Amino acid sequence: MAHLTEKARGTAPAAPAPPRPVPAPRRARLRRGVTPWLFLLAPLALLVTFTYAPIVNMVAYSFTDWDGVSPELRFTGPGNYTEIFTREDLFQVFFVSGYYLAASAVQIVAALYFATVLSFNVRFRNFFKGVLFFPYLINGVAIGFVFLYFFQDGGTLDSVLGLFGADPDHAWLGDPVSANTSLAGVSVWRYLGLNFVLFLGAIQSIPGELYEAAELDGANRWQQFRHIIAPGIKPVLTLTVILSVSGSLSAFEIPYIMTGGATGTETFVIQTVKLAFQFNKTGLASAAAVVLLLIILLVTWVQRRLVPDERVDLV
Amino acid sequence: MNRRTDHRTNGPATRRATLALAAATLLLAACTGTGGSTEGADAKAPDDPSRVSGTITVLTVRTDLVQDGTMDRYAAAFNKTYPKVKVEFQALTNYESEIKIRMNTENYGDVLLIPAVIEKDDYPKFFASLGSREERREKYRFTDFTTVDGKVYGQSPVGVAPGFVYNKRVWKEAGITEWPTTPDEFLAALKAVKSRTDAIPYYTNFAAQWPLTSWTYVNGSVSCDTGATTKLAEGNPWAEGADLRVADTLLHDIVAQGLAEKDPTTTNWEASKTRLAKGEIATQWLGTWAVVQFRDAARKAGVNPDDIGFMPFPAQVDGTFCAVVAPDYNQAVNIHSDHKEAARAWIDWFTDKSGYVEDNLAISPLRDAPLPEVLKPYEEEGVQLIEVDDARGAEVKRIDNESEVGIYKPDYRQDLVDLARGARDGDLDGFLDDLGRRWTETQKSLGS
Repeated sequence: MAHLTEKARGTAPAAPAPPRPVPAPRRARLRRGVTPWLFLLAPLALLVTFTYAPIVNMVAYSFTDWDGVSPELRFTGPGNYTEIFTREDLFQVFFVSGYYLAASAVQIVAALYFATVLSFNVRFRNFFKGVLFFPYLINGVAIGFVFLYFFQDGGTLDSVLGLFGADPDHAWLGDPVSANTSLAGVSVWRYLGLNFVLFLGAIQSIPGELYEAAELDGANRWQQFRHIIAPGIKPVLTLTVILSVSGSLSAFEIPYIMTGGATGTETFVIQTVKLAFQFNKTGLASAAAVVLLLIILLVTWVQRRLVPDERVDLV
Repeated sequence: MNRRTDHRTNGPATRRATLALAAATLLLAACTGTGGSTEGADAKAPDDPSRVSGTITVLTVRTDLVQDGTMDRYAAAFNKTYPKVKVEFQALTNYESEIKIRMNTENYGDVLLIPAVIEKDDYPKFFASLGSREERREKYRFTDFTTVDGKVYGQSPVGVAPGFVYNKRVWKEAGITEWPTTPDEFLAALKAVKSRTDAIPYYTNFAAQWPLTSWTYVNGSVSCDTGATTKLAEGNPWAEGADLRVADTLLHDIVAQGLAEKDPTTTNWEASKTRLAKGEIATQWLGTWAVVQFRDAARKAGVNPDDIGFMPFPAQVDGTFCAVVAPDYNQAVNIHSDHKEAARAWIDWFTDKSGYVEDNLAISPLRDAPLPEVLKPYEEEGVQLIEVDDARGAEVKRIDNESEVGIYKPDYRQDLVDLARGARDGDLDGFLDDLGRRWTETQKSLGS
């Protein structure tokens, strides 16, 4: 979201600069230079304290054998990193991310579809917008518990299917494939709304005259989408894909709350949390977190390379 | 999808450089260490109760007792003897992970429960001593569990013994009146429950995770060996006939033979209490501490609380059952506390005089106290209560963490249950042998 507002502000003229025939005195110029930083002081302090300092700390811990509480910690050099890269079991969990990646593809397509449909004049438009965005507002822990009941033996899902005459009698979280699919489904349910709102915002920033012109030229809905909407929201689309990929790699709260990583649903972050808080290997877990961060940065970089963020000019 | 990363990739390079610099400066300030200046302090028992004063904070896991005012009633009774001490309680829902972070500061209450994460050798750095081993062991059980260099650092207010909580009525309906004496007899009994009643014979409580860890406390019961923990430190816990292999094999067989609940992944701990009380579930492996909660659930559900029974692990040595008695969380005094005397007074009073043991039908840590009523059947059947020697306990925990096997964690038993019901590839022998291999390899690497 921050991304969007930043963009919007960037395109608008900063401030109507009044003509200034005489150059301002040095003092005033200096003050003008300092003023923005004064405004930034509070947010920067918060950013540094709560984002950058912990990251630097984490990197520092990743070179130690700290157990998370003992006052003594030893410097182990790159030992933790060697361990991570030599133990294949630590990377096997990335297969689970595949389920979430597949789910994000579904999620993006669905969000795009709903955003397009609801950007035109549809009856009960605002109601549907609300319905789609609502799940994103619910606390992730609550969602986890709600869906535990949903997937329970004889729970909501089974009863609903029963209404349609199907009696699957299936333990939804019972085996790895169905458990991961179910969890990824919950993830889609939860984050669809956010993607949808991002797309909707982008679509609505496309000037309305374009549609009118297109309609006059006889373009149908699909052609309008293909040639106006799709290129018009390309930056947001790229951003969403990047966020989805990094989100899939670092999926955490839904599987953690619902299964705790049992039955083959362990993701990389769950594994890291377990290393840190269950086996008290804070050093190793920090290294794993750093590795995940690097992987996500790498994926993002590759994506930016493949799909450069060029200016879109529709008019 | 899940979003955990913030996107701030668009800032100009100069700004990023400034931030990095600022972050680096802040890090220098942020690096902290726990000072060890107070190491070796003692929390002495006060001579004159009326003169001890101060406000102490007591950390506990009993959220329920803090909320329903039971803890405040204990505090009020305590104030009759120690009028000038004010006791405040803090109940932590997720004790282990919350206390771990707090213990990086000096502010972790005056009285707290010794968390599992603290290495035994580090006790003198975090807790004030309660006295020497010699003077305390005369009066109290479990002193060895918190002894470092001859000094004791904690005292558990209750002792617990693991066992099967079962519904007597259901077992009787199934025609079983005697406790099974071998794992095979136990499986046969569960089969009888399955065929003759509507109850789920055994409930794993898989989703709540921690109930699975209680299977580790079988250790000592099978072999009736007080040196069981030392064996864990020295040998392979999954060797043929070893206690943990017997326990894990039984758990595996229960699930593999379809004697557990149909869908373990969506079990519900709170609901399981009522269901067992009502007879929808026949058996669960837990501990003496659970009996009170299950009887409460029975009362609330309007069924007979006396149906809740308790039985030992189905294994006998020379015709006798053995049950291991172990301490619950040990209470200790924060070494940084300003009111160590008051804190010590609380621990002594809570252990000796509060009635907490009786309220929980638990085994008293006082050597001369009688057994709780829950264990009456144990006395009648001549079950031998043993206390496992914990001298090598710290080493076992270190091997456990280092090998990431997790005998005190739920993960490998969740995998075991998955294996047993076919949600995971492999066979039992391969699985247990792999655990044993990881365990013994870590033993070697730590020993060298």
